Amino acid sequence: MSSSFPLFPPSASSVATEMDLLYLFITGVCAFFTVVVTLVVVYFTIKYKRRSPNDVGADIHGSLVLELTWTIIPLILSLIMFGWGASLFYRLSRPPSDAMEITVVGKQWMWKVQHPEGVREINELHVPLGHNVRLTLGSEDVIHDFAIPAFRVKIDVVPGKFTTMWFNATQIGTYHIFCAQYCGTKHSGMIGQVIVMTPQDYEAWLAGGRSTGSAAQNGERLFADLSCITCHKADATGRGPSLIGLYGSTVQLADGRKVVADDNYLRESIMNSQAKIVQGFQPIMPAFQTQISEENLLQLLAYLKSLKPATAAPAPAHEK
Amino acid sequence: MVMSETIKEARHSYLDAPYGLKSWLLTRDHKRIAMLYLISITIFFMLGGLFAAGIRLELLTPKGDIWSADLYNKMFSMHGVIMVFFFLVPSIPATLGNFFVPIMIGTKDLAFPRINLLSWYLYVIGGVIALIVLAMGGIDTGWTFYTPYSSFASNTNVTLAIVGVFVAGFSSILTGFNFIVTVHRMRAPGMTWFRLPLFVWAQYATSLVMILGTPVVAITLTLVAAERTLHLGIFDPKIGGDPVLFQHLFWFYSHPAVYIMILPGMGVISELVAAMSRKQIFGYGFVAASSLAIAILGFLVWGHHLFVSSQSIYAGMVFSIITMLVAVPSAVKTFNWAATMYKGAVSWESPTFWVVGFMGLFLIGGLTGLYLAAMGMDIALHDTYFVVAHFHYIMVGGAIMAFMGGLHFWWPKMTGRMYNEGLAKAAAVLVFVGFNFTFFPQFILGYLGMPRRYYAYPDEFQVWNVLSSAGASVLGIGYMLVFTYMMYSLFRGEPAPANPWGAKGLEWTTSSPPPTFNFDEDPIVTEPAYDYKPAGSEVIVG
Repeated sequence: MSSSFPLFPPSASSVATEMDLLYLFITGVCAFFTVVVTLVVVYFTIKYKRRSPNDVGADIHGSLVLELTWTIIPLILSLIMFGWGASLFYRLSRPPSDAMEITVVGKQWMWKVQHPEGVREINELHVPLGHNVRLTLGSEDVIHDFAIPAFRVKIDVVPGKFTTMWFNATQIGTYHIFCAQYCGTKHSGMIGQVIVMTPQDYEAWLAGGRSTGSAAQNGERLFADLSCITCHKADATGRGPSLIGLYGSTVQLADGRKVVADDNYLRESIMNSQAKIVQGFQPIMPAFQTQISEENLLQLLAYLKSLKPATAAPAPAHEK
Repeated sequence: MVMSETIKEARHSYLDAPYGLKSWLLTRDHKRIAMLYLISITIFFMLGGLFAAGIRLELLTPKGDIWSADLYNKMFSMHGVIMVFFFLVPSIPATLGNFFVPIMIGTKDLAFPRINLLSWYLYVIGGVIALIVLAMGGIDTGWTFYTPYSSFASNTNVTLAIVGVFVAGFSSILTGFNFIVTVHRMRAPGMTWFRLPLFVWAQYATSLVMILGTPVVAITLTLVAAERTLHLGIFDPKIGGDPVLFQHLFWFYSHPAVYIMILPGMGVISELVAAMSRKQIFGYGFVAASSLAIAILGFLVWGHHLFVSSQSIYAGMVFSIITMLVAVPSAVKTFNWAATMYKGAVSWESPTFWVVGFMGLFLIGGLTGLYLAAMGMDIALHDTYFVVAHFHYIMVGGAIMAFMGGLHFWWPKMTGRMYNEGLAKAAAVLVFVGFNFTFFPQFILGYLGMPRRYYAYPDEFQVWNVLSSAGASVLGIGYMLVFTYMMYSLFRGEPAPANPWGAKGLEWTTSSPPPTFNFDEDPIVTEPAYDYKPAGSEVIVG
């Protein structure tokens, strides 16, 4: 923020440079057409200024060649913008598989963050430099939007589902977090800071934070407290399907459909358990819609994700 | 023109006998209804402008210090609701369209004059409801009414505001329906489809959007009201709804609504470019077809408002590419307008100033849509001031500049009075300059990351906000200047001749102001639109 007339936000993530390039490319195209057409119009206005009150323009009706030219050139340019934009969006929608997972819950008007090791913070997000970080976001009330301009990332935080974003911070520093979706009285106060630290500093910061166990451990406790464990056993003997290795696998439903067990499938199966019934099981699970908070749900999810098949060594949710 | 004719025409003017209030409030004359609309939308424009002033005042400083956060949120909400539903949507269609569609196609009135009056009353009822909402404290949902905030969290008068928008919506459905039937059934002998002035084509395309889109937003908002009052689970996930469903339904109308606001403006510009250059419009067929293309494609792009709303990315890609396609007919129109001026006889009278201003602002408005249509780019810009700047360039820089141009061009016909040319040119320049100072800095603020609807903001954004607020005051003075000399003209202006611009088109063949039934003799059309011919041309000024 050295300039008193700033034009660009700080550039602090792996996609910031490409985003700026796309921005400059579109700006170049737009500036070119704006300047050319404006100059042409102004030139015509002066050059063909009406000389006498009864002057009439030349008898010209159109030109197919010109019409095709100025249909095809904008079409090609706009398709290039589409392609580049879609490609960048696609990459920003696919978190790398090695990303560490931090969960964020929005509520009027604050952001609650939980790190995999269980450390929590409010309106602040500490992240290690140079690591892929995936955020899984949920809302307790209305729609919010988690935006970090310095990282050029943004995603709506929608009640009733989870959304995700990812980034890789490339610059040590402190940057704005904004709520970008209008959410009521203190919408503009629903702001925070993302603090990018060296991995060593991040570890030290985590160690200094208070934790009641990792997210997965908290989830395991909830799994017992809510009696999930009575039906969902580790082997195939339970009244409900075993959840070992479920996350990311393909599930055969009783109605013949197949779905991938992603975040939102797990969420729905807990909150509104009758929505999708796994083949071979009875619809006997109660819905937990009103009984589980967003944060607890995210902890349960962390636990379910940590349940790897027996062949693989049991692993903690967060590996570095 | 001999004296006796002038007197006879003056006696026939639609503004004359009968004079009384009752004759206006019960009129079936499309021209009088247009004037009623003009008065009512002007009131709402001023009200909306007042809220805009309140917003810009607060944003002068980073801290929230002039109004309370709640009051600020209500101001931008009421600014949006009033400007969109009670000014922009009816602005050109209900005033200039109402007045000139029948005259331009050479008929006595719209197909359903009583329904036309009914549509004005529906508008007024909707407007009064909006004023009651205002008196009760306004709403704080933004004009977009996003759920579930609007359905359970807001404790303002959302339901009543929805009733107001719902009723006003019917006014625009009826206007659209009236125009479509009129254009199909009531064209004068010889007025074939491809002789229609492009303003009529644009009104026709707009009417299609009005009757197909408006019912959807009316029902969508009704569902919000139902969820608020009856707790039906439609949009609120806590009671089984889906909040993003609202966005799909809302934008299914509200994106086409953007075209309801800008297409008529494009029609006005087509008329003005041809008339002020005294030249056949370049590529008539392409300009007419591009209106329809925009109207149709406009229905297939709503998902570009949902790129970061958790919509499927493949759906996003389809919406992105169709949005890019909309850029093409808009570009085609702009190039054709510019080409129309080539070798024209370009007048430097005031309507030209508004037209040239429109072209500059509309270009920027249209082109900045490309940033938002490119999905990756939208991640950075979504819900920031960039979006605010973009749509103000389209709606204020485009639609209102065109409305102002049209108003200046047809004012002599509508009122029978001329206005002060010098002031009109000065106002066009003031509005153009003030507008750019107001909204251009907001593009930069957007890329810096300043979100929309922020009551307070970090210090580093202040410099651009101060520029924006300063520009807004110039813009406000520009509009007030227009209002002042137009009011003066209405009562004291020089009498206008039948054809002050020496323009082609049936509206210029009748007296200013026109008689109640528009023409003393039923017109028969024998030539294409804009048939300016250099040799042996019989353009008559005055």
